[in-house]
Amino acid sequence: MRHFHYLLIHELRVLLLSPATYTAAVLFLLQMWWLYVFILWDFSSEPRDTLPTESFFYFFWIPALFVVPLLTMRSLAEERRLGTLETLMTTPVSTVSVVLSKYCAALIFYCLLWLLTLAFPMLTVWAIPQPIVAERILDIATLTGGYLFVVVSGFLFVAVGIFSSSLTRSQLVAGMLSFSILFIIILGPPVVLNQNIPWPYWLEIPIEYFDLFNHLDDFKRGVIDSRPLVYYLSNTALILGISVLVVESKV
Amino acid sequence: MTEAVASIHVRNLTKHYGKVTAIHDVTFKVMPGEIVGFLGPNGAGKTTTMRILCGITPASSGEAYIGGIPVATAIAAIKKNIGYMPENNPLPEELRVIEYLKYRARLKGIPRRDRNRRVEEVLEICDLHRKTSRRMIRTLSKGYRQRVGVADAILANPEVIILDEPTIGLDPHQVLMIRDLIDHLRGSMTVIISSHILAEVEVCCDRVIIINQGRVVAIGNAQSLRTEFADEVIYLLSVRGNLQQLPEVLASVDPAMRAGDPEAMDDSGFFKIRITTPSEEERGEALLARLHHHSNLEVRALQRLETSLEDIFLAATKRSWDQETPPRRAHRNNNKAPSKPDSPTR
Repeated sequence: MRHFHYLLIHELRVLLLSPATYTAAVLFLLQMWWLYVFILWDFSSEPRDTLPTESFFYFFWIPALFVVPLLTMRSLAEERRLGTLETLMTTPVSTVSVVLSKYCAALIFYCLLWLLTLAFPMLTVWAIPQPIVAERILDIATLTGGYLFVVVSGFLFVAVGIFSSSLTRSQLVAGMLSFSILFIIILGPPVVLNQNIPWPYWLEIPIEYFDLFNHLDDFKRGVIDSRPLVYYLSNTALILGISVLVVESKV
Repeated sequence: MTEAVASIHVRNLTKHYGKVTAIHDVTFKVMPGEIVGFLGPNGAGKTTTMRILCGITPASSGEAYIGGIPVATAIAAIKKNIGYMPENNPLPEELRVIEYLKYRARLKGIPRRDRNRRVEEVLEICDLHRKTSRRMIRTLSKGYRQRVGVADAILANPEVIILDEPTIGLDPHQVLMIRDLIDHLRGSMTVIISSHILAEVEVCCDRVIIINQGRVVAIGNAQSLRTEFADEVIYLLSVRGNLQQLPEVLASVDPAMRAGDPEAMDDSGFFKIRITTPSEEERGEALLARLHHHSNLEVRALQRLETSLEDIFLAATKRSWDQETPPRRAHRNNNKAPSKPDSPTR
């Protein structure tokens, strides 16, 4: 782990120099801006009990499905395809450092992109200088809870992306694999629960536990439950551990 | 004691990939400061052996030591003692040469106070200083990319340098550049060069290890390998006149001496004829003296041909094949050396 920070700086630099990063960033910001405007438009048409920011965070799955694969698909797959991973492994760095540096770089970038969306409510308040707008749009509790959820769930999403990238030499395959796994993780439980199937209680409870939208509701209300945290952190650790083993066996 | 002295000591190294045996019972030693050529056809097991030495791939059985340190149990220490340039020399395209070398220097644990000085030194050694050091790696020619690979390999002043096919795909000028670079390392570092370009190895290396089908089939310097594998001495005679008298002259010098078929006549009417004898003794002068006595034979040149590394390589690989499966291989290779291996590695 001694070399972790050198590797992390290098990875951040590579991410900053990669066209895929900027593609992901532009797509993300355009997509989220369009969603934000759409939500504001919808809220202005009729009175609502909820806040626009709450609805905004409900769309967390869109960037998770499209941006995370774009950010992570290159990381290990491309290095293996080019052979630079082999040269890297001839230096006294550990596989754990290599995987963690790539993971942290992608996670930092993912969080940074989400941080940029803070500009949307701020710009709205600046464009419509009315106290009621500022009060409803810049609700601190919702914003904090929403962004906290994004970061914590990002741990898992980015880990899935890195894991997918460790399995193959093809960026495209890594991206598709990452998309598919994230699709199952994010949209699988709500889709299963909404099928009007009378699930037995013992099965319904765990499916609800895996439902990320339930976690989001808790976070938005300011409830920091340890169960979702355990879910995200333990699965992140597990997936990264498997990624390390995959890299070690495939170099 | 010898393990501590040898820079590289490999003993009974075996590696299986599933049912395929990439290398089998490979044993050799390389002493400090030596430049050793690792020769073998594609798929012979060269890269597998090198990857095991670098600690990238674990061996299935056997032992490997770098500077007396076992590779299997002290990988971190080994990686500090080794500089490796893999085949095709993969480099990050988006970095400048100097940025890449500084990054590698950090990873290789070169202390901060020495880092810049050492990077400048290797840039100088590999002739990458001035403008080249500022160029993006993706804009470099193949020759310069190889130089960057060698610069990276020697950066941390390791005891052992392993270069996998360093001259593959280079033009003759670039090959000369890399050859000079390797020559520069002679004596200061132990160098293993893997190649299947025989001329390259013959020029650069102090010793040669020939590997075929995952087994070491010959080890030694060019001269000792010639003695071991060359079963005849060849003279090239340029002569004109009554060639039917030639066998009689040859028999008077050495009864075992044989003349081959004359090659096409040149403009002056001279033929080139290959003369072979199993005797290692020098027969050139005696043969020349006898030929001068014959007024019907006019000699223009007589040259003793050294057995090339290519011939040794073919003989060594042929012998290994014959030993592997005597009846079938011996029959197939009765008149010619093998040209293709059939043992895949990975």
